Amino acid sequence: MKLRTVLLTAVGWLVALAFLAPYAEMLLTALKPTPELMKSPPSYLPSRWEWSNFTHIWSLTDPRVADALVFSLYVAGAATLLALAVGMPAAYYTARHRFRGRGAFLLLVLVTQMFAPTALLVGIYREMVSLDLTDTAEGLILVNAAFNLPFCVWILNAYFASIPRELEEAAWLDGTGRFGALTRVVLPLAMPGVVTALVYTFIAAWNEYVVALTITSSSNRMTLTKAIPGFVTSYHEQWQYLFATSLVAIVPVVVLFVFVERHLVSGLTAGGVRG
Amino acid sequence: MLEPVLWLGPATLLILTMVVWPVIEMIRTSLTRVSSTGQSQGFAGVRNYTDLFAQGDLPGVLLRTLVWVVGVVTVTLVLSLGLAALLNSRFPGRRLVRWALIVPWASSVLMTALIWRWMLNNFYGVVNRLLMDLGVLDAPVNWLAKPGLALAAMMGVAVFVSLPFTSFVLLAGLQSIPAEVYEAARVDGAGPVRGYLGITLPLLRPSLVVAAIINVINVFNSFPIIWAMTRGGPGFASDTTTTYLYKLAFDNQSVGESAAMAVVNFGLILAVVLVYLRFVRRQEDTT
Repeated sequence: MKLRTVLLTAVGWLVALAFLAPYAEMLLTALKPTPELMKSPPSYLPSRWEWSNFTHIWSLTDPRVADALVFSLYVAGAATLLALAVGMPAAYYTARHRFRGRGAFLLLVLVTQMFAPTALLVGIYREMVSLDLTDTAEGLILVNAAFNLPFCVWILNAYFASIPRELEEAAWLDGTGRFGALTRVVLPLAMPGVVTALVYTFIAAWNEYVVALTITSSSNRMTLTKAIPGFVTSYHEQWQYLFATSLVAIVPVVVLFVFVERHLVSGLTAGGVRG
Repeated sequence: MLEPVLWLGPATLLILTMVVWPVIEMIRTSLTRVSSTGQSQGFAGVRNYTDLFAQGDLPGVLLRTLVWVVGVVTVTLVLSLGLAALLNSRFPGRRLVRWALIVPWASSVLMTALIWRWMLNNFYGVVNRLLMDLGVLDAPVNWLAKPGLALAAMMGVAVFVSLPFTSFVLLAGLQSIPAEVYEAARVDGAGPVRGYLGITLPLLRPSLVVAAIINVINVFNSFPIIWAMTRGGPGFASDTTTTYLYKLAFDNQSVGESAAMAVVNFGLILAVVLVYLRFVRRQEDTT
């Protein structure tokens, strides 16, 4: 029994190491002084820990990291708010009522969840051209909101459905009114679902690459994902800045993700697996 | 009748304009003659499709797509079964292992692919250094230059980023198996191997099917890994249909052909989605 625990611990820690290793290498590369990057064979550790790489990225002009960060925040933030704003009423209504068209709506949502924008890229691009939304934040916000909407609907639907109707009705009788019952009773109880939907949608939009690559072109409308490959082109190779910027993009969302991970599985499999 | 429209209207509208419209536009484009500048020049019939199927690169692209999807999903599922079992057992630091597994899941796939490209670099990559220090290699290997080796390396990265989600789905499945079932099996004298094959795997089947189907779709649609690591090159030698159709549209300006490829892709995904829907329905009926 004791041996079993020792073995499990060893394997577990090796697994953790394997999953973290690429990101550790990201950090080590981000901390190397410029000349050391073109050393072959490479050194494992930086000869000098160049922490200034992390401050230097903010003053670069090609790509403009600070602008891309603000643009990514704007796109991901707005897409998240939009997805929640349209997803919440739909999730609540389908959780509380049986009506004609409910099945059709949920089917539409389920099928949408199965399609990534990548699969529809040519159609999305041509639509954006005809709507005059290419190279705009609005185009990205709409696409990101739409493709993450299904996750929001599923996860919120499950939370709303788990709140007993009697609780809501009791609040009406206490004179809160239907709207008051919603904001003061239902929403607080569904908060874990709301937070999960919020965080997951934000991260998905934050990490989105293909649509940004396809429909935006100006240097002042670049998401971080689109800006980052610009550090390594045929003109210059700045892997240290590329990975310093990558870590700026990765670390905050990993921290956010840890908080919602427990609730994700049921929403991502649309009820196919109970988390 | 008006009430549902008010509550569901905005969500429906968003899906119709941003998901359904592109599908229709894509099908329409695949049947249209499109100039290299993107102007529509009238109905083309099935011309784009015949042009696409006449492309000499297409058979290779299709074959690689098949290898890519089947290979990545199979390896991911097998490894995830092990990881889920690991995360389902008790040992000190389990929570930290869980958190480590989250990192590739939360990170941008593009950035993960870029660090792998750098680590696999012929001259400056740490993988060659490590393998030479360990005596596995005598000379550096140019991992991403040969199409076959590059595809294998990229499949490895695709497995790496697919493992967290898959393991967590299977873990949820494992945790839903009641402890009494194992208790009863132990009383009946079933050993750990028979217990796993006879009880755990059959009870895990629903999660396994769901994980497999969602992975097939995700891996099929995977774009950033190939794009960041080889761009499908040299030429089209490491492309799958997803990167191939992107290059047709945005590098070669063959928008019509690209749309035809996209419609073929769409049809394949739709088939998988239908299988998934049938499965979910059956699950709902039995529970």
